[in-house]
Amino acid sequence: MRLIAENLGGERGGEIVFSGVGFELHAGQALIVTGANGSGKSTLLRIVAGLLPAAEGSVRLADAGEAYPSPASACHYLGHQNAMKTALTVTENLDFWQRFTGEPRLPIAEALNVVGLGGIGHLPYGYLSTGQKRRISIAKLLINHRPIWLLDEPTAGLDKASEERFAALMTAHCAASGIVVAATHLPLGIEAQELRMGESAHG
Amino acid sequence: MLALFTRDLRLGVRAGGGALTGVIFFLAVIATIPFGVGPDLNLLARIGPAILWIGALLASLLGLDRLFQADREDGSLDLMVLADDRHFLGLTVLVKCAAHWVGCVLPLVIAAPLLGLFMNMEPLAIGATALTLLVGTPAITFIGAAGAAVAVVLPRGGLLISVLVLPLTIPVLIFGVSASYGAVAEPDPFLQPFLILSALTLFLAVIGPLAAGLALRHGSD
Repeated sequence: MRLIAENLGGERGGEIVFSGVGFELHAGQALIVTGANGSGKSTLLRIVAGLLPAAEGSVRLADAGEAYPSPASACHYLGHQNAMKTALTVTENLDFWQRFTGEPRLPIAEALNVVGLGGIGHLPYGYLSTGQKRRISIAKLLINHRPIWLLDEPTAGLDKASEERFAALMTAHCAASGIVVAATHLPLGIEAQELRMGESAHG
Repeated sequence: MLALFTRDLRLGVRAGGGALTGVIFFLAVIATIPFGVGPDLNLLARIGPAILWIGALLASLLGLDRLFQADREDGSLDLMVLADDRHFLGLTVLVKCAAHWVGCVLPLVIAAPLLGLFMNMEPLAIGATALTLLVGTPAITFIGAAGAAVAVVLPRGGLLISVLVLPLTIPVLIFGVSASYGAVAEPDPFLQPFLILSALTLFLAVIGPLAAGLALRHGSD
């Protein structure tokens, strides 16, 4: 499986944010997108996921087989928001996403153990701290299988131990011939190519 | 899809969902009418079906703004749009509408017979009105979904949704009320307007979610 972006351009509100961005990732590779605030990291991820139309260029998936007709169908997208309901318990939230997303992998209790939050599944999601909420949405990446992880500031709010645990998860995902694309300011501690936004376009 | 239905229903029923707000608003509207119209029992009985329909229409518009807004705010909507290849987005909207209808609008239909007593309506009229509400209110939810999807990017789109949706619901209101009258007023037919009302609901069950799905897909930013 290869994820290919060719000559991508993105715009927000009619203004070009970046242009001429391209990359090609093979199974098992990771890409870290860095750059200043407003350089278009989140916009790039949303274009790759297919949530925003590309102003120019294209994103496609090669050698993916029939199971994944589009990049969107092969992606886990972890955005700034955690996509969880505060009124439901952690288990109810994860159970919904596991059943809705399809291709279940880890059981929920096991995924919670992996992120170090075993035994809090009965709590309403709204009671958790910011870092714990983020770790629950990291657990969401594990309960369903998707070959490509698109992560937007995945470590925001995480403590040191959780960051290391998450780095290990990303490495394991790549080792299982997955693809990771992460936009971040902080070093993630994984083997990855780097794409610096805001230099090719404007500098 | 069943998972989505149960989740939305659970959210609607739990605190903060606002399922009860609609019923209380409906009660308030109906309870106010006799004070405004006066204690003429015959008049109340005559306008009863229309008042019940208008009250239910307004009450069912109340919760519509949260249909997609809540999912958009916490990022769930993005993931539902992304899941388009597995779960066609129009179908996702249809399921959300069904959950919304069961959670927020069905209680109105159940409350309607009780509120019909407030209007001094005879049993046959109460039954006919409840039946037309049962068949007609899904149409309002489906139109409302399209309105809610268009207004989802606006931070305070609640009122806008009502203004957008209200004119489109007028055919539903007309046929709902005329079928309710047809059951009691002798020369008027019941079956014809009732069948048109059913047809409207079926028609909008297709058009509404499709339009809402398109609006959601192109409205994300």
